[in-house]
This record gives sequence, structure tokens and C-alpha cells, in this order.
Amino acid sequence: MPFYWTLAIIALLCAAGYVLGRRKAVASVGGDKRRLHSLPNFYGMNVALKGAVPAFGLLVFWLIAQPLFVEWRVSSIVSDLAVSEARDLGLVMVDVRRVADGLDTAVATGTMTASEATDIAAGDGNVRERLGAAGVALGSEVSEPVLRAAQRYRALSSTGDTLRSVAVLAVLLLGLGWAYRETDGEFRARNVVEQGVLALLLGAACIAILTTLGIVLSLIFNTIEFFSIYPASEFFFSTTWFPSFGGGSSLGILPLLWGTLYISLIALAVAVPIGLMAAIYLSEYASPRVRGIAKPALEILAGIPTIVYGLFALLTVGPALMVVFGDGGLGWMQAGTAVMTAGLVMGIMLIPFVSSLSDDIINAVPQSMRDGSYGLGATQSETVRQVVLPAALPGIVGAILLAASRAIGETMIVVLGAGAAARISPNPFEAMTTVTAKIVSQLTGDADFSSPEALVAFALGMTLFVLTLGLNVFALYIVRKYREQYE
Amino acid sequence: MTDATQIPSSGAARPAGKSIITTDDRTKKRNAAEKRFRMYGIAAILAGIACLVVLLGSILLNGVTAFQQTFIQVPVYLNPEAVDPNGNRDPEEMGSATTFTYKPIVVDAMAALVEERGIETEIDPGDMDALFSAAAVAQVRDRVLANPELVGETVTFNILASSRVDGYLKDRVTRDSVARDKNIDAGHLDIVDELRAEGDVVKRFNWDFIFGADASESRPEQAGMGVAMLGSFFMMLVVLGLSLPIGVAASIYLEEFAPQNRLTDIIEVNISNLAAVPSIVFGILGLAVFIQFMEFPQSAPLVGGLVLTLMTLPTIIISTRAALKSVPPSIRDAALGVGASKMQAVFHHVLPLAMPGILTGTIIGLAQALGETAPLLLIGMVGYIATNYPDGVASGFLDPNSAMPAQIYEWAKRADPAYYERAWGGIIILLVFLFAMNAIAILLRRKFERRW
Repeated sequence: MPFYWTLAIIALLCAAGYVLGRRKAVASVGGDKRRLHSLPNFYGMNVALKGAVPAFGLLVFWLIAQPLFVEWRVSSIVSDLAVSEARDLGLVMVDVRRVADGLDTAVATGTMTASEATDIAAGDGNVRERLGAAGVALGSEVSEPVLRAAQRYRALSSTGDTLRSVAVLAVLLLGLGWAYRETDGEFRARNVVEQGVLALLLGAACIAILTTLGIVLSLIFNTIEFFSIYPASEFFFSTTWFPSFGGGSSLGILPLLWGTLYISLIALAVAVPIGLMAAIYLSEYASPRVRGIAKPALEILAGIPTIVYGLFALLTVGPALMVVFGDGGLGWMQAGTAVMTAGLVMGIMLIPFVSSLSDDIINAVPQSMRDGSYGLGATQSETVRQVVLPAALPGIVGAILLAASRAIGETMIVVLGAGAAARISPNPFEAMTTVTAKIVSQLTGDADFSSPEALVAFALGMTLFVLTLGLNVFALYIVRKYREQYE
Repeated sequence: MTDATQIPSSGAARPAGKSIITTDDRTKKRNAAEKRFRMYGIAAILAGIACLVVLLGSILLNGVTAFQQTFIQVPVYLNPEAVDPNGNRDPEEMGSATTFTYKPIVVDAMAALVEERGIETEIDPGDMDALFSAAAVAQVRDRVLANPELVGETVTFNILASSRVDGYLKDRVTRDSVARDKNIDAGHLDIVDELRAEGDVVKRFNWDFIFGADASESRPEQAGMGVAMLGSFFMMLVVLGLSLPIGVAASIYLEEFAPQNRLTDIIEVNISNLAAVPSIVFGILGLAVFIQFMEFPQSAPLVGGLVLTLMTLPTIIISTRAALKSVPPSIRDAALGVGASKMQAVFHHVLPLAMPGILTGTIIGLAQALGETAPLLLIGMVGYIATNYPDGVASGFLDPNSAMPAQIYEWAKRADPAYYERAWGGIIILLVFLFAMNAIAILLRRKFERRW
């Protein structure tokens, strides 16, 4: 039974359960709703919830567990093959899955009958060609064990799918039936339903934890796998980044970190003075009218997607810099994509980020401190520099750290604007590359996820995650620790 | 005797220059510093606004031309012997004639047009194909297959000009650059000039750019945003359908029901940290969990939507909590006072009052998700994939598709400068959507915002 039908049946039966439960409750008190414990709707909701929640729970669990189970059973078949051919088990499983998908497609497009697909052997008929005819390209000839495993994979999957529908529907009916039986005028439906809804709300809130968990686990597992085939010391301390998919890559993170930090530094050098001065002017000097125009105008910059900045760097800022610093001008720059290009544009992107955060912080400094300073005869700028800024400093440092974390994690600007060469050089007009740009380039395309060249992206992601998280936690710590408490 | 009555002897007690009427050097310096400081502030704001103006200016300047496209009006004689050798006018039979059969027909028609206009040229009549797009041949073929009765007649077609000709009319291609271009000669441009004077070559508004599909690397004149737009649309459906209910539920729990305990703390810390995680890390999560582990189809808007949902959840939760917090406690107290349960008070009274704020936050979150590119690259929503319209709703969610920002990235990567124009034009479309969404959010806030 197709997946969508299962969903539709669940929805339909729950709706029916709602109507029936409500009707039974009303009928049990002879139609006098005042004698019910709860409002009639709660009885209906009780039935529907007790049907839907376990059924959906089982469905989700099954969807996650079935592929794991099938994988485990099938890999026990092919593990001998992997040992005999000295190949990686993961790679063989990729083949198996591809063949199984190919058989599915072949059946779906009608180039193979269903029974053919389950019985075909590598010996009879050219499997690769027949799958190719169905539009499934296979890299190499299909060997007998792989084909067997693929057929087993398909059989297990289809049995699993059938079992899933049956089990989910059984749970659904059990839940509905149980709730329907207990429905009765005395039943405290509201309390039960509200408890259930509260549990659902808690579940929704826990998705944030699950997301973090998902990020951390997916990074950790793949990073561990990467370090099992590539030495960690090489990764952290090597100064060459030269991936080659044929093997023999050297994957040192240092050039990427250098590029990342260099670009972020330039971005901050642009964004911090402009953003901070803009914030000071807007909060201390500007009339409400100027503020009303300038603040939203700056914030438009924050709402523009990063791909736009990327294109701006590639096609406007890069060529403009080439005119000044390129061969026609000072001759420092070889191509439009460079650290400077990406840094400048990223700086523009960060201006509103720095300015609106600093603005909030400066506004939080109490007016009495300014008044005290004016009373002593200080000018407005002296007040800002000697009273307001020191008072706001922890917050501003926090804002700058948050901006730095944004700069380090920014992807599209560096992918388009910074170039692709991984090198360590002090010249800001040379092309360099960053951690994020390399994550993109290592993971796009048809790499399989078992080569070090693809897995390195997870190690890079882990580094990035730790770096940005660390900066954020540090920023919060500084703000908390050094914050002045005003009354 | 008090100080007040003491009359200072003129000049003796006051050091020279310390007058309140004339400013001394130090005061001048301080005032100058004050002025300078204020100037820095103004300069910073002007610099920020200048960046905005340059950015928007270069988008408009480079992008508007993408909405115009050059067409050539050519009378094409649909030779029955080539198109329909059997003479049955049966579309199925005629389908066997491929674009290879049609190409000479269009080339001949082009050469005939040039001759008819009396244009003298050194270009070989067989090389006229540099003038029109490779898509033009398919355009003619499709029209013939749809109307077999046209065979044997001379029909005037509006065919797409090639990207070089289009660029020449838009000043992107100059005669200098043509000298180094093997796709087109200066002679072709002379023909274009003459045909333009005759009114055979025209620039028109290009609906296909907005509603069309992506085209291959060699046919930038044919590429459009339409399919990628649909991809974005299906993704936004997923994001809206998941992040709004989950976000609202999570916020209600945290704001109204959560007890002060360890779990609540962990959830809160998690949400604020997730808001600061770089978007590309969400892409890695999507790749590892949804594609590698759960084996969802690659490049599908469904997966893109799931990843973007996780990414926008913190934004929506934060703004929803602010909206719930702004509903005064007296509302809750009144509801509880007339016998509502806590759950009823929240769902029947607090939530409807907070709804405008929640919707505003949601729209802003959606706008953020709509412009996000990096995670989509990792789950494969990039490349030459936005080429066909999805067949239906299910295939809209599950078939490989691109999204607007990913399509722009794809175009920016292609070597042909004609694609840069498309990328800028694509940005205009994307920004129109974003501005519209933000305008709706602002209007909602203005209209429904309540001061308690």
C-alpha cells in the first residue's frame, strides 16, 4: 500500500473516531450535554488523539528503523563479498542500493516484469544493459552476490512496507477502539485531552534538542569515520590542501582556516567602524526623522539574501577592484575573486548586524549617566567616548563576536567571491578559500560518502560548528560577566 | 562678608584668555573634536546607505535587461518534402522528423529573409544559424507538430535570436569582443543592424524568463526561472506547513506551560544556539540525516523544505514567544476567572490575540528561508535540474528541482556572460518576492498591532 494511502486512512479513521466518540458521549447522557463531565468535543478529540498519536509515532519509528534493519540484514550477505574482493563494505552497499533502485525503476517503467526483477540472475541476460535501457546507469557489471543482495534488499523492503501499513493500521484501530470503549458521560475527557496536548507541545519544543542532536551526531559519526581513514594530525597541522579524487590527497585545514580568518578580519574591519559609528550617530545625535529613515535603510542590507551579495562580489566589486589594483592599475591583483573582494562585501553585509546590535546596547545605557557627564561640562562626543562606550563595551564586544561568528559561517559570498585556491599568503588581493567554500565543493557532485575527499567536509563542518558555537558562547559569557547592572 | 558681594577687581584675578565670550584654544579643539566625531557618524551612515544604493543600483542596472529578449520575425516556408515526406499530415508520423530536419529549413528561411531585404553580406547562407537560438528550431518543430495543416505554407515565426545577437542589441557584445568569438562574426552583426532597421529584429518583454525552464549551458537566451520558482514554492509550502505549527506549539509550551527545570533550560539554550549555527551546517545535517540515513530522494523540494524548516524554527519560536509575551496577563486571568482551563485560556484567548505577531514573524522567517542558498547546494538542489515542470503535486515535492537562489547560483557559475544577465534578472525576481513578503509583514503589523 502506498505511503500516502496510509496517511489518508489514518486521517479518515481519526475523523470518523472523532464523530463517533462525540456522538457516543452525548448519547450516554441521553442528549443532555450538561450532564457530561467535559464539553462534547473533548470526547471526540480524545478518541482521535488516542488513534492518531500512537499510529503516527509507530509510522515515524518504522520509517527510520526499517532502512537500518534492511541494511543490516543485507550487509550480512555481502560482507563475505567485501572481504573476498578487499573492498569497503560501504561501497558494496552503495552498489547494492543502486541496483535495487534500478530494478525498481525498471519495473516501474515496464522494461522488466516484477517476477523477472526478483528472479533474474547475473548469468542470464545482461543486467547492466537492461537496467541502462530503463534509464539507470551502472558504473560496472553487476556481480552475482550484489544482484542477489539487491533482490533480497527489494524483498525485505517490500515486506517491510506491507508490514508497516498493517502494523500502523492495527495500532490505529486499537487506539480508536480503546478510546471509544472508555467514552462515557462520566469520563474526564478534558483532563486527558489537555494532558495529551501538553505532551504534544513539549514534543514540539524538544525538536530543537533533536535538531542539535542530529547536527552533532551526523558531524561526529562522519568525522570519526574520516579520521579512521585519514590521520587527524595531517588534517589539523598540514599546510597543503590538495584533494584529488583518485587518492593521495592532502587535506590540511590550515590554509582554509587562514582564508576564513583573513576574510572575516577584513569584513570586521569594514563592518565594525561603520556599524559602530552609525549606531552611535543614530542613538546619540540623529533626530527622530533621520533615525526613522536611516535605520530601516540600513536594515534592508540585512534582509538581502547572501546569494545576492555573492553575485555582487563576483560581478561588481571584483571587477571594480581589478580596475584599481589589477594589471591596469597597481598590479597587485590577478583576478577579480580575492580575499579583499569577499571581505569587503561581507563587511557590507555585516554593517546592519553590528549597527542594530550596538544600537540596542547603547540605548540601554541609562540617560542619567549621560546627564551626569554633561553636568561636568563634557561635550557630547566626550560623553560618548568616555562614558557611554565604556558602559556599553561588553555588549559591543559581544556584538562584534557574534558578527565574527556570522562572518566565519558565511558561505555564498566566499563561494562566489573569494576564489578556489587554498593557500596561505599575506596578500589580501590573492584568491584564497575558506572552510565553508570547501564544504560546498567537497559535497556537491556525485561523490560517494565513503572517500576521505567527501568525508573531510564533515570534519570541516565540525570545525566550523565548534568555532561558531564557541564564539557565540564566549560572546554570551562576556556580556553576562561584564554587564553593568543599572537600576 | 560673603563671596557674592565681593566685586572682582577688573582683569586682575582672571587669567588672560579665559573669557566666556571668546573661546580659548582648548575649547576650540574640543569643539572641533565634537564636530569631527559627528562627521564620522554621518559618514558611517552615508557609507552604509551608499553601499545599499550601489548594491540595488547594480542589481537593477544589470538585471532589467534580462526581462527583454531579442526575437527575429522570419517567414519560414515549411517544406512538405522535408517535414512530412509521407504527406499524411499525421503528427505522430511527423514526430520522427527531428530538429536536425528542421534546422536547414530555418537556416534557409533566414538566408531568404536576408536576401529579400537586399542585404549584401559575405556570410555564407549556411552560416545563418549563428543568428538564431538553437531553441528556435525546436520552437518551429513544436508549432508544426501542433498544427500539421501549416505544412506547405509560409508561416511567420517569432524566433529567439541567439544570445550573441541578443547581447549585441543590449550592448553586452561589442564588435571588439566578436572578433575573438568563434560563434559569431562581424558580418552577422551587420545583418542584424540592417534587419533591425527593417523592423525584423525586435526586443520584446520576455515572459519566458519569468515562467520558463532552465536551459542548457549553450542556450542562455532560453533559460527561465519558472521551474525554480515552483521548486521554491513547494519548499515554502513544506516550511510553512511544518515550522508554523511546530514553532507555535514549542513557543506556547515554553512561554505558557514550561516549569522551571533542567529540560526547559536545555531547550532554551538549544534554541538560542541553533539561531546562530551557520546555515551550511544545516545543509550537512540534511545531507547526513535526510539523504544518507533516511534515504529521501536527493534534490527534492521536500528535503530542502525540511532543512529550511529546521533552520527557520528558532526565528519563528523567538518571534512567537515575543508575541505571546506581549498579550497582557489580565486576559489569561479573566479567562481563568470564568472557568476556562489553562489550555482553553491559551488556545481560545491568548493565541488569537498573538496571531498577528506570530504571522509577522512567520512571514519574515519564510522570507529568510526563501533567500537561503547554502544548505540547498549540499542536498543537491543545484545544477541543470530545473528543466521540466513537475507533473503534479506529489512530483512537485519529490522530483529533483532547484530553487530560486540555487538557480541564480547555478547561472552565476556558468561560463557564458549572457548567464550573468540572467542571474541579475533572477535576483530581481527573488527580491520582488522578498519585498512583497516583508511588505505584507509590515502591513499586518500596522493593521493588527495592539497597544495594551
